[in-house]
Amino acid sequence: MNAILLSAIWGVLMMFSGVFIKSKTTPKYLAVAGILLLFIANALELNVFNTGSLHFNIDTKEMLNINSFNLTFIAVVLACTLLFFLLNGRDVEKVGEHVGEYFALIFFVICGVCLAATYNTLLLLFLGIEIMSIPLYILTGSDKRNLKSNEASLKYFLMGAFSTGIMLMGIAFIYGGNPNGSFFINNIQMGEGSMPVMIAVGLVFMIIALSFKVSAAPFHFWTPDVYDGAPTVFTSFMSTIVKVAGFFAFVRLFENSFGKVQSQWQNLIVFITVLTLLIGNITAVFQQSVKRMLAYSSIAQAGFMMLAVFALNDRAKEGLLLYSAAYSIATIGVFAVLIKMNDYTIEGFNGLGKTHSLLALCTTVFLLSLTGIPLTAGFQSKFFMLMAAAENTGKFWLVIVAVIFAAISAYYYFKVIQAMYFKEPGVEVIDDKEITGSFKIMLAIAAILIIAIGIYPELVVGWMYH
Amino acid sequence: MGTFITFPELLLWLPLLAGIICFFIKDIKIVKAIAFTGSLLVLGVALISLLYTSKGYLTYNAVNYLWLQNLGTSFYISLDGAGRILTLLTAVSFPLIFLSTYKNNYKNAGAFFGLMMLAECGLMGVFVAKDALVFYFFWELALIPVYFLCSIWGGEKRIQATFKFFVYTFLGSLLMLTGIIYVYLHTGPRVFEDAVVSLHSFSLQSFYTATLSEGEQSWLFWLFFIAFAIKMPVFPFHTWQPDTYDQSPTPVTMVLSGLMVKMGLFGVIKWLIPIFPLAVPKFTNIVMILCIAGIIYASCIAMMQNNLKKLVAYSSIAHIGLMCAAIFAMNEMSLQGIMTQMFSHGINIIGLWIVVEMIEQKTGVKHMSELGGVAQKAPVLTIMLVIIAFANIALPLTNAFVGEFMMFAGIYQHSVWMAAVAGIGIILAAVYTLNMIQKVFYGNTNEITATVTDISFAQKLALGLIVAMIFTFGIYPQPMIDLAKEAVASLVAS
Repeated sequence: MNAILLSAIWGVLMMFSGVFIKSKTTPKYLAVAGILLLFIANALELNVFNTGSLHFNIDTKEMLNINSFNLTFIAVVLACTLLFFLLNGRDVEKVGEHVGEYFALIFFVICGVCLAATYNTLLLLFLGIEIMSIPLYILTGSDKRNLKSNEASLKYFLMGAFSTGIMLMGIAFIYGGNPNGSFFINNIQMGEGSMPVMIAVGLVFMIIALSFKVSAAPFHFWTPDVYDGAPTVFTSFMSTIVKVAGFFAFVRLFENSFGKVQSQWQNLIVFITVLTLLIGNITAVFQQSVKRMLAYSSIAQAGFMMLAVFALNDRAKEGLLLYSAAYSIATIGVFAVLIKMNDYTIEGFNGLGKTHSLLALCTTVFLLSLTGIPLTAGFQSKFFMLMAAAENTGKFWLVIVAVIFAAISAYYYFKVIQAMYFKEPGVEVIDDKEITGSFKIMLAIAAILIIAIGIYPELVVGWMYH
Repeated sequence: MGTFITFPELLLWLPLLAGIICFFIKDIKIVKAIAFTGSLLVLGVALISLLYTSKGYLTYNAVNYLWLQNLGTSFYISLDGAGRILTLLTAVSFPLIFLSTYKNNYKNAGAFFGLMMLAECGLMGVFVAKDALVFYFFWELALIPVYFLCSIWGGEKRIQATFKFFVYTFLGSLLMLTGIIYVYLHTGPRVFEDAVVSLHSFSLQSFYTATLSEGEQSWLFWLFFIAFAIKMPVFPFHTWQPDTYDQSPTPVTMVLSGLMVKMGLFGVIKWLIPIFPLAVPKFTNIVMILCIAGIIYASCIAMMQNNLKKLVAYSSIAHIGLMCAAIFAMNEMSLQGIMTQMFSHGINIIGLWIVVEMIEQKTGVKHMSELGGVAQKAPVLTIMLVIIAFANIALPLTNAFVGEFMMFAGIYQHSVWMAAVAGIGIILAAVYTLNMIQKVFYGNTNEITATVTDISFAQKLALGLIVAMIFTFGIYPQPMIDLAKEAVASLVAS
């Protein structure tokens, strides 16, 4: 609740800051302060929630459902955004003239994320997803003089609008087919029997629309072009925080509304999961540009996160939280280093281990985490997901398929590690002026976080149960 | 528990600490000294722990920290049976490796020795883990430093060779992870000391008592076995091995062939056979035939080899094949044999690699056809090599004889014809080993070998220690056999 209100207010504030603040570097600090404020407010709420007495409560007519699970998720999102601001603040400034507005748009995205995490009716789900998406269309096209950026923005907008339409249609079908005539997700709750046709159609539409938002195959075709075309800073943001929020909304809807009829739609999710893993991993292997590779790898990771939708048990919820943290921190970290590179191809990373050992070391930790090597957060998140999927009896083969693709993913992540450590440095990989001391410290903190969560995942998961 | 430092903990934290310190030090001499002292300290701990083996000292040999309770796991490590032999082997090997390569200079030495010590930590962890998740953690962690060691300091084709190695073993261990998860979901609940209860448990003991039907055990067996088979490696999962051994820097090859292969054997002994008792009899013959086919296959290739390093690599496949077959023969004789042989093989193969490394360093070539007459120039080296080579083919009075004899006796009890076919492997081993000695050390010198000098003091010391161990355990194998007996007894008990 706090986060929703504050993020909207701070977003408006940031938008008008441009009128008063002429300096280009100030909005960055304002944004960091805002996120810190949000984080603290959210942490207080989480704490209050866990101790039982809710001090301030706005009556939302139960349109929002606040519990320790989604508050923890919001905390993870805010922490990752804070990391993103601290690492990439300077790079946001380089995108264009209207620095304050970029930050404002990001705050609006956060507002949408919080709505999508706490919604209790289909209308607020729709609202959340839209508030999350529309600023992204603008951010994607924010590099106005770059043709690729414009193209990506238009593509994203058209495809996004299309999927929004499908989602609305799905909501309409579900509403229409529901004898209770209600938008509340708990009232849609199906009995054990077979679904009415209208609801089934609505359900399939919802799966399609949400799969589009989280870039699960076969609805992923926009992803590589949009991620590649968008300014790299914003790619970093939308491929992590926005994507995991999409998954959170996905799981929330299916857990509350369609949990009891799981057996009826599970096969569809299995199909999407396997296809996503297959397409994401296999295509990523052939990429020469690290940015594009990360775009495909984000599809591959989405395949792993789909396991949470597949399983829908407590372990899956823990897994999703961990995955959100592990995947976001690692990807934001890799992107932060990538932005500083002069050359986005894998060869561009050649010899980074010799010229910038700390950067290379941190990037290695991030990549190992994305691969899922023990002692990193990435391992724990994958492990929880696999456990969740395995607890769901009857489809153990899916777990085996998932780990085979995890092994394939080692191939493309390790190509970057190989370039950094085992190849000779080429011409000027990085402009040294770009690498400030604080950047290095933040990067190191991110890497330490990855390892800390890898050793003790309760750091994230524990909040759910306090 | 856990109020004071225990042996298994020391075996883990000492190398870890030494490794981390190494990373931050630039001066190569200091780094070497730290790594060497660290490994000696570990050896000291391992030796002292031998005095406290009996049941009365349980608190010194086991520790159980709370960790992720709601998953039913804990950081449970303890030192017993097979683990004791292998931690001892690891502790003995690292000082030997450092000693024999003392003269080598590596660029970025801090990272090199740091990674070596981390590899030691990973290996120790595998051998002391008593919790499936801890086991898996260390199983993977032993791999990562070795991957970097091979890829940074290896030969020309290192990147492809070690990457093949990495992907192979990574896939294997991930499959094992799925197996672990499946077994875990079929274990009983676990009650912790502070009364927290979890639905299932990752502890080794509860894995032994998991309720799995014969059908489930059958496919789980292969998920685990493939991971171990890749690590050992057993034919037909061995294809990564010769290239990796050939391309790795020699100290790393020693770690790989002397110690990391033991992870596979240890896995089979501790984490495969007792967990799937119903599936093992079904597949015993298949696995043994694979192993024995591997022995013959690898020995034949070794005979044709011209590359010295690849020869030793293939010879190692043959030895491991025999050991794996002996495990599956599953009688007391063969198990005792395997326990002693695991130790002896580690020592012998490291000795063999030291010699190969010296020849390569002194002459710059590793093809036998280009060598000859080294004996005239380096008599000490030759004597050492001949002894180690005899140990490698398990002649009486060498350490390998005892173990190999018991393993053969065990396999014989299981099946006569298998023992007979495996016996051919011994003859082939004699052929290629003696052939190697002949080609490299005898005959006339040529322009490459004419300038060879004898070995330095550190190398003499390392080889001397190995030769001393070969004879000690060859003539008086009783202490080793006692350790092995204890290991087998604890295995049968569980």
